[in-house]
Amino acid sequence: MRKLALSDDILMRVEKPARYIGNEVNSVMKPKEQAAIRFAMCFPDVYEIGMSHLGIQILYSMLNEWEDVWCERVYSPWVDLDKIMRERNIPLFALESQEPVKNMDFLGVTIQYEMCYTNILQVLDLAQIPLYAKDRGEDMPIVIGGGPCAYNPEPIADFFDLFYIGEGETQYRNLFDRYLENRRRGGTRQDFLRSAAQVPGIYVPQFYEELYKEDGTIKGRRKLYEELPDVILKELVTDMTNSYYPLKPVVPFIKVTQDRVVLEIQRGCIRGCRFCQAGQLYRPVRERDADRLKEYAMQMLANTGHEEISLSSLSSSDYSRLNELLDFLIEDCSRKHVNISLPSLRIDAFSLDAMSKVQDVKKSSLTFAPEAGSQRLRDVINKGLTEEVILKGAALAFEGGWTRVKLYFMLGLPTETEEDIKGIGDLSNKIAAVFFDTVPKDKRVNGKVQIVTSTSFFIPKPFTPFQWAPMCTKEEFLNKAYLTKQGIMEQLNQKSIKYNWHEADASVLEGVFARGDRRIAKVIYEAYRRGCLFDAWSEYFHNDVWMECFEACGVDIGFYTTRERADDEIFPWDFLDCGVTKQFLLREWKKAKEQTVSQNCKEQCQGCGAARFGVGICYGQNAV
Amino acid sequence: MKIRIKFAKYGVMKFIGHLDMMRYFQKAVRRAGIDIRYSEGFSPHQIMSFAAPLGVGIESYGEYMDIEVLSMTSEEDMKQALNRVMVEGVEILSVNVMPDNAKNAMASVAAASYQIRPKEDGSWGAFPAKDLDGRLKAFYAQETIPYTKETKKNVVELDLKQGLYELSADADGTVYMLVNASSSGSIKPAMVLEKFCGSIGAEFSQDAFRITRLETYADLADPGDAHKFVPLSDAAE
Repeated sequence: MRKLALSDDILMRVEKPARYIGNEVNSVMKPKEQAAIRFAMCFPDVYEIGMSHLGIQILYSMLNEWEDVWCERVYSPWVDLDKIMRERNIPLFALESQEPVKNMDFLGVTIQYEMCYTNILQVLDLAQIPLYAKDRGEDMPIVIGGGPCAYNPEPIADFFDLFYIGEGETQYRNLFDRYLENRRRGGTRQDFLRSAAQVPGIYVPQFYEELYKEDGTIKGRRKLYEELPDVILKELVTDMTNSYYPLKPVVPFIKVTQDRVVLEIQRGCIRGCRFCQAGQLYRPVRERDADRLKEYAMQMLANTGHEEISLSSLSSSDYSRLNELLDFLIEDCSRKHVNISLPSLRIDAFSLDAMSKVQDVKKSSLTFAPEAGSQRLRDVINKGLTEEVILKGAALAFEGGWTRVKLYFMLGLPTETEEDIKGIGDLSNKIAAVFFDTVPKDKRVNGKVQIVTSTSFFIPKPFTPFQWAPMCTKEEFLNKAYLTKQGIMEQLNQKSIKYNWHEADASVLEGVFARGDRRIAKVIYEAYRRGCLFDAWSEYFHNDVWMECFEACGVDIGFYTTRERADDEIFPWDFLDCGVTKQFLLREWKKAKEQTVSQNCKEQCQGCGAARFGVGICYGQNAV
Repeated sequence: MKIRIKFAKYGVMKFIGHLDMMRYFQKAVRRAGIDIRYSEGFSPHQIMSFAAPLGVGIESYGEYMDIEVLSMTSEEDMKQALNRVMVEGVEILSVNVMPDNAKNAMASVAAASYQIRPKEDGSWGAFPAKDLDGRLKAFYAQETIPYTKETKKNVVELDLKQGLYELSADADGTVYMLVNASSSGSIKPAMVLEKFCGSIGAEFSQDAFRITRLETYADLADPGDAHKFVPLSDAAE
């Protein structure tokens, strides 16, 4: 029987002790002696969030396939346990072996959103690993970061020994072999980092220095050793169908956010929405073969016992064999009493038919993401969805019995005017009107339609055409939300429309982290020292403390958020290459300001640069 | 077909709450490929019910659940199929086909037996383990054992004696008790421990004890007669 790191009295005192005991179905136990490499894989948020992440499931299973590696999981202890661990000086442990993380060879951290940065420090701190990479001794784990936020690692560069840029499936074996080789030779930590820097996609931040101009912008970078790469190209999977996929994912005991089998049908997106970072980072689009997916679905359901399955991709409607795959799943799953949760699909006759087969029409809602209120602004952001398509889809849906529609918009997009904002209310109203026009009075199930309109605040992200764009101030954001609310209140059908908006404080902070440089690290460190933690959870987000820390560290928020960047400014992330060229992004930024749309990858190659990988949608097409 | 499954829950699994155990078994039944019956309607669910919820932190070797299946090969096959997909700390002890008219496990529960050991040094305050049985007997000999149960909504006065059927200890300080576990008048072992500790002047803390449920019983006696407790797995015979 496994011995737990926490005593019974602690586990009986904390909320949801199941977060900390491991032992889940398909979790991997190994004889310690067999594992030459001990790897702790961390998602720096609470268990229920971290366990829902597909990327960790992939890497966890893949690493454990290797006989000489034991990969275990670590999540952020919730605030109740955090307090106890500090009081009693209990080192953070991995769930499987229950042994301290500080005794592992590697601590891998997936960095999925900027607001988890203080949680990364919490994990290091509770693990009793020095927060700054430069302070770590020979016996400390190598701390490696990955995930979308690694595409601008500079704000957290001081806390990491390595970053892995790109898709994790490709280079871990290479990295581990170098680690073992270094150990065999009796090499030091520095020796290993030197060797790791030669691995494609691996970035060793402490070997580079960021240089600034007098105006505070970046002048360039200085590297410590001649052999280091100047530019680090992202790693990517070239053959999706034959790449590793976890057929026995871990099944948690407690309810988690994603409590189902997840089938990743493709990676990347053809659409090229100009605000969207994922749409650029994961280029080119690569599909996984539908027959393979059918096999995976059956095996994963049998291996987990999950009662639900869902498809994962950035834009499922663009998957070429979607109809065939859905027909198969609907047939197979209804026999097994397995529910299918459909991802956001383009609303058309086919998807409505599929949805009506798998969900209770009366209870479910439809989602549209026009992102902007006017056609003009939708052209700026290159969002192909037109009003006509939305209204047509809504009419079809209302005929099919749906009465609830969710609409997603962004506020603060580049070039946005009051007219564009007014468009949000207008569009919401038109959709409600379509309901009253389409559904005769005697057939209205609840007698009414419910439109839920939500807005988030636009945050410019690295490696998007909008990386040059100024971001709004908090006051501008709130004013825009107010205008949106007013616009909705003025509508004829305003009683059918509910409006939700996000808080602005956290968006401003996210904006700083997203396009920040190395000078941000001290602010994050200071905020953590002053108790900031779980910033992604609004009840634990302390904006006043953050503002004090920026003040104390002498860091100007506006420099990172509201400042408009010159076309030739060097960005903190320019030394990384995500496949898409800066020239392409700049071209798109200029087209955006001229309200010119770009065709998607299927219609016409835009020469983004990702064709050089020679895979996926770029392969065999007329790529530029 | 009605099936009664007896299982044990121990080790780290004692931290998994009742609702999560239900979810665990719903998935386990699918993994084991059991041809379980589903309810009708738009969102069908498995026909599955549990006998008596077990508190978080308590281990058990006498848990029961009932399921209905459309087909099966044998009780032994089903037991093995389930055991192949269990995690460490959950073990299927028996599988029994029940008569169609059998009362379900939850309605049948009348009593449960528990074993209690102090966790740390194995001591019960100032009293040597060998004296414990005598102390318990004296405690049990009281006419009434009043207990004030405070819930979020109200305060209830109970007499533990009514639902305490057996109480003893062996020479090494292990306490055994049989208590009412039915939907009416059930009492928890911790209540008895609290009163007993109070009576011998020992400090009570639930964390200080390792509590294990040994068995869950049905009562086959006719109303008014003396109790005739049998394990739930035998309740149909």
